[in-house]
Amino acid sequence: MATTETMTLNMGPQHPSTHGVLRLVLELDGEVVVKVTPHIGFLHRGVEKLSEHRTYHQILPLTDRLDYLAPMSNNLGYILAVEKLMAVEVPERAETIRIIMAELTRLESHLVWIACHALDIGAMTVFIYAFRERETVMELYELVSGARMTSNFFRVGGLSQDVPDEFVKKAGDFIDSMPGYLDQYEGLLTTNPIWLKRTVGNGVISAEDAIDIGLTGPALRGSGVDWDLRRDNPYSGYEKYEFKVPTGENCDTYDRYKVRLIEMREACKIVRQGLDRLKPGPVLADCPQVCYPPKENVYNSIEGLIHHFKIASEGFAAPEGEVYHGVEAPKGELGFYIVSDGGNMPERLRIRPPSFVNLQAIEQMSVGSMIADLVAVIGTLDIVLGEIDR
Amino acid sequence: MAENNRAVLKLREKFSASVIDVVEFRGEVTVTVAKDVIIDVLSFLKQSLQYNLLTDLTAVDYLGKKEERFMMVYQLYSIPNKDRLRIKTPVTEGDCRIPTATTVWKTANWLEREVYDLFGITFDNHPDLRRILMTDDWVGHPLRKDYPLQGPDREPYKGRLS
Repeated sequence: MATTETMTLNMGPQHPSTHGVLRLVLELDGEVVVKVTPHIGFLHRGVEKLSEHRTYHQILPLTDRLDYLAPMSNNLGYILAVEKLMAVEVPERAETIRIIMAELTRLESHLVWIACHALDIGAMTVFIYAFRERETVMELYELVSGARMTSNFFRVGGLSQDVPDEFVKKAGDFIDSMPGYLDQYEGLLTTNPIWLKRTVGNGVISAEDAIDIGLTGPALRGSGVDWDLRRDNPYSGYEKYEFKVPTGENCDTYDRYKVRLIEMREACKIVRQGLDRLKPGPVLADCPQVCYPPKENVYNSIEGLIHHFKIASEGFAAPEGEVYHGVEAPKGELGFYIVSDGGNMPERLRIRPPSFVNLQAIEQMSVGSMIADLVAVIGTLDIVLGEIDR
Repeated sequence: MAENNRAVLKLREKFSASVIDVVEFRGEVTVTVAKDVIIDVLSFLKQSLQYNLLTDLTAVDYLGKKEERFMMVYQLYSIPNKDRLRIKTPVTEGDCRIPTATTVWKTANWLEREVYDLFGITFDNHPDLRRILMTDDWVGHPLRKDYPLQGPDREPYKGRLS
C-alpha cells in the first residue's frame, strides 16, 4: 500500500515573490499547502529602541524607513502622535499639503502593490505601466522634499518647507491623467480570464475572522467591513473631504484588488480637492517651544540661529503622559504609541505596523491552497518587510 | 470626562475591586486593572461592549521608575462605535508572566511573541511562544531598559548630549 508524507520546503528569505526578506517554511502535501510558518526579523533594526535615545524631531527620519514604499504616511502618523502629545495646532495650508502628499503616497504604495502583485501572478505588462506612473509620484516627492523615497518632509507643527510653485500644476496634471492610467490597468486585469482564475476565490477570509486576526485597511475592507479611519476617526482635516470607502463582498483576492483600485480613484479625488482648496499661508505652527524657526530667521538673525540650535540639539520636553494615534496608511492602520516621562525623548515609542499584523493572517488564508495561490496571498496582503521587522 | 465613559462605568461596576486607575489624557481613556483579571476584563469588553478589534498589544519597561517594572498595554478599538480604549496592567519583574490574550483575539499571537522576544515577559498558555524578531538563540531582551543600545558586548550608550 502506498503511503504519503508531507514535504517541508523553504521559501525565501531571498525569493522574488516574498517582497523583501521574508522566509516561509512550508509544509506541503504534493502541491497543497498544509502549514505555513513565517520567519521574520531579517530587517530588524531596532527602531523602537533607537527612538528611546533620540529627541522627538530626530525620530522622524527613522519613520521614513519603516514602510519605505509609503514614507509620507509614516511621517504623518508619527507627527500626528507627537502633535497630540504636545497639543500643537497646525496651520491649514500645512494640513492640506499633508493630505495631498498622504494621498499621493497611497497612490504610490498601491501602484507598487498592483505592479508586484500582478507580476507575481505572471502579468508583466502591468508592472511596467504601474512603475511608469510611480515615477511621476517619485518626481513630485523629489520636488517637495529633495528625496525620492526617504522624504522626511513633514515636521512637528507643519512642514519642513512650502511646496514649490510648480508643484500644484504638476500634481494636478498627474492626478487628472491618473484615472486614464487606472483604466489601462483595469483593461489588462479586471476581466482577464487568467487574472480571474488566479484571484477569484483565492485567500478567502470572512469578516469575523479578519477582525479576529486584526486585519486592517484594504485587506479588511475586502472582507466587507466598512471601516476607514480617515472617515470614522478623521485626522488632519479629512472630515472636510468627500470620498467613498469601497468594500468587497466575497472576501477574496479579487475583491481586495477591486477595493484597492477604487481607493486609488478616490485618492485622486482627494488630491484634486486638496489642490483646489490650497490657499497661501504659513506651513509651520507658531509654537517656538516645539517647532523649528523658519529658515530665513535662522540665516539672518542670531536669535533664529540659537533657536534652531536649541531645537535641533535639545529638542523639546514633552508633558508626562501617553498618547496613541492611528492613521489609515495605505496598508492598514499605522499607529504610534508614545509614552513620555516628561523628558525630551520618549520613554517608549511603540509602532503598530499594519503589515506585521496583516501578515499573521497568511496561514489562515493559504492553508489548503496551492503554492502558486500562496504567492497570490502574499501579494494581496501587500506587506513591506521594513515595517514588519522595524 | 473619563469617569463618565461608558466602558469605565461598566468596568467599575463589574470589576470594582480590580480597577487600579482611570486616566484621561488628550481625550484618550486609559484604565489600569489588576493582572489577575486582565483576561476577564478583555473578554468582557469584547463580548459586552463591542471592543472587537485588538489594535495593538505591547509592554513598557519602567525600570527604576515604578515599583512594578513592566506595564502591559492593550489598545482596543470598537469598529461599531468607532472609539478607542486603552487597558493596562502591571507585571512585576519577579513574576514576569501574564495569561495570554490569544484566547480572546487571534491577533495577540504575534504581538505577544514580540513582547516575549523583546521584553522577556512570558505568556501562559500561549500556543506558540517563540522569539519572532531576534534569532532563536539570542540572549537577552533588547527593549528592556537595562539592555545596552549598542548591543550586549559594548559600553552602554550615554546619549548624544552627554
